[in-house]
Amino acid sequence: MKQVFDRPRTLLDARFHYCPGCHHGTIHRIIAETLDRMELRENTIGIAPVGCAVMLYDYMDIDILEAPHGRAPALATGIKRSLPDRVVFTYQGDGDLASIGMGEIVHAANRGENITVVFVNNTTYGMTGGQMAPTTLLGQKTTTSPFGRDFRTEGYPIRMAELLAGLEGVAYSTRVTVSSPAHIRKAKEAIRKGFEMQLKGMGFSIIEVLSTCPTNWGMKPLDAQKRVLGEMAEYFPLGVFKERKQADFA
Amino acid sequence: MSAPAAGAAKRVLAKGNEAICHGAIAAGCRFYYGYPITPQNDIPEYMAAHMAEHGGAFLQAESEVATINMILGTSSTGNRVMTSSSGPGISLMQEGLSFMVGSQLPAVIVNISRSGPGLGGIAPSQGDYFQATKVAGHGDAHLICLAPHSVQEMYSLTMLAFDLADKYRNPAMILGDAIIGQMKEPYDPVPYVPAVPDKPWALTGARGRAARHIKSMFLKDGEIEVHNWKLRDKFRKIREEEVRFEPYMLDGAKIGIVAFGTAARVAKTSIQSARKEGIEVGMLRPITLFPFPEEQVRDMASGVQKVLVVEMNTGQMVEDVRRSTPHHERIHFFGKPCAVPTPDEILEQIRLLAGRKG
Repeated sequence: MKQVFDRPRTLLDARFHYCPGCHHGTIHRIIAETLDRMELRENTIGIAPVGCAVMLYDYMDIDILEAPHGRAPALATGIKRSLPDRVVFTYQGDGDLASIGMGEIVHAANRGENITVVFVNNTTYGMTGGQMAPTTLLGQKTTTSPFGRDFRTEGYPIRMAELLAGLEGVAYSTRVTVSSPAHIRKAKEAIRKGFEMQLKGMGFSIIEVLSTCPTNWGMKPLDAQKRVLGEMAEYFPLGVFKERKQADFA
Repeated sequence: MSAPAAGAAKRVLAKGNEAICHGAIAAGCRFYYGYPITPQNDIPEYMAAHMAEHGGAFLQAESEVATINMILGTSSTGNRVMTSSSGPGISLMQEGLSFMVGSQLPAVIVNISRSGPGLGGIAPSQGDYFQATKVAGHGDAHLICLAPHSVQEMYSLTMLAFDLADKYRNPAMILGDAIIGQMKEPYDPVPYVPAVPDKPWALTGARGRAARHIKSMFLKDGEIEVHNWKLRDKFRKIREEEVRFEPYMLDGAKIGIVAFGTAARVAKTSIQSARKEGIEVGMLRPITLFPFPEEQVRDMASGVQKVLVVEMNTGQMVEDVRRSTPHHERIHFFGKPCAVPTPDEILEQIRLLAGRKG
């Protein structure tokens, strides 16, 4: 009998600690499958963030460095500068990347640092218990915006994929989601492209993944999927915001 | 000028900050990241010009916060890496330093310190003593700390700092100041072979081996306590084995000075003058500030009538001197915060303690 589906080699045989309906498991698996298909497992160093995904090393069978909150792009820079032929990626949440780590991500992107960033945007701080994030939608209630986010006091949700696409150093910037099998296929394609850009030495790539946090949203997993494809995708449109072609890269 | 080869016969005339770069390159440091701040800019400027010719890389980071995390990243690959900064920049690095101690990652951090607190000023100061010796950021974390008092030591202690950092898998700091950094004098490029241990923990991609993880978070029951005791044992070993100090004209001394870095350099001149006046005075100069030479200070303090601690601050190392000896009544302090004491000023203090009129 021919086996047609199995756990990717890069994904460890461990039980995820993530909540039911959370997307981290799916995104981990996509990265693992991609590293397998591109035969990169033994050539890759991943950076784990502060947040729910800090225990990335419990799930992926690759070399992994744990970052201080928001600093993953600086760590990745230090690794890539000393080992330019290795593949380096960061895995970061919205508080990590768009709030405390805004300086590091913008400057790594602007330098055209040849790394791949997987940015998981679920509009909240998951690990610390559902506080307001820079990507929290207007009106969204969190434990630190109990009356709903108000632009007059908390400003507006930040669209990171668009913001970074405006920088010259960025080779690839896209926003995807994994809320349906069709979207998962697209997300897989985007993550593959992100790693390909790095292998070709074309510069910085970011794949923003709109994602769920049913526990902190106070939603059932299925309702959480609907929120992603509904109000989240409405404010954070899916699509490619920048894609450098070989031809336009001197 | 390019870095001289270690062991070269000719003496080299260099600024202290330049000698640090020469020492780092001789020690095999090929990666430098930093952010501009006075009075240490000669170091990043030298490294920007010379890292590439040695097959390495220089990068000006967007902040000291990013700098220390780039250092962390390169250190995790097993490569020797260095940064330099001053007061406010070193403060910004504290988070990353704590992570490096927790993750057991080596690197050399140079603090060409300036006056504080806050923006303070750019005058030389030893006001960062507590920060450099007591804790690395948050948690139960220490840095190894070396205090050069000559351009020669800016060169050779930098090489030692790399070896100690690698040996103990812990960041090591060179604590200098604006004077020692800007001062120009000849040094010997002493013969030196870098002591680089195997690094079976380095992240290089899991080719043909089990995957490696470098982390400072330990959440399982009791894990973090075990980790803290393990680090304590390491710091204890450093305290037992790595103390370095210079005894200076201590034979028959009735007054013993304790000073480090630039203050010690000036005190040497004062001691020579006082000896000519017949005052029996000498000095114990800590070269390692962490580990502090507690036993040596204790022994010296029990053999003299008076101890004079000289610092370019309002009194920091004097606390370590106090805890090293029971003879607290013998301890006197002379401080010049944010300024270099003149040889005459220290001589005046020596004369007062010797009961001589000024």
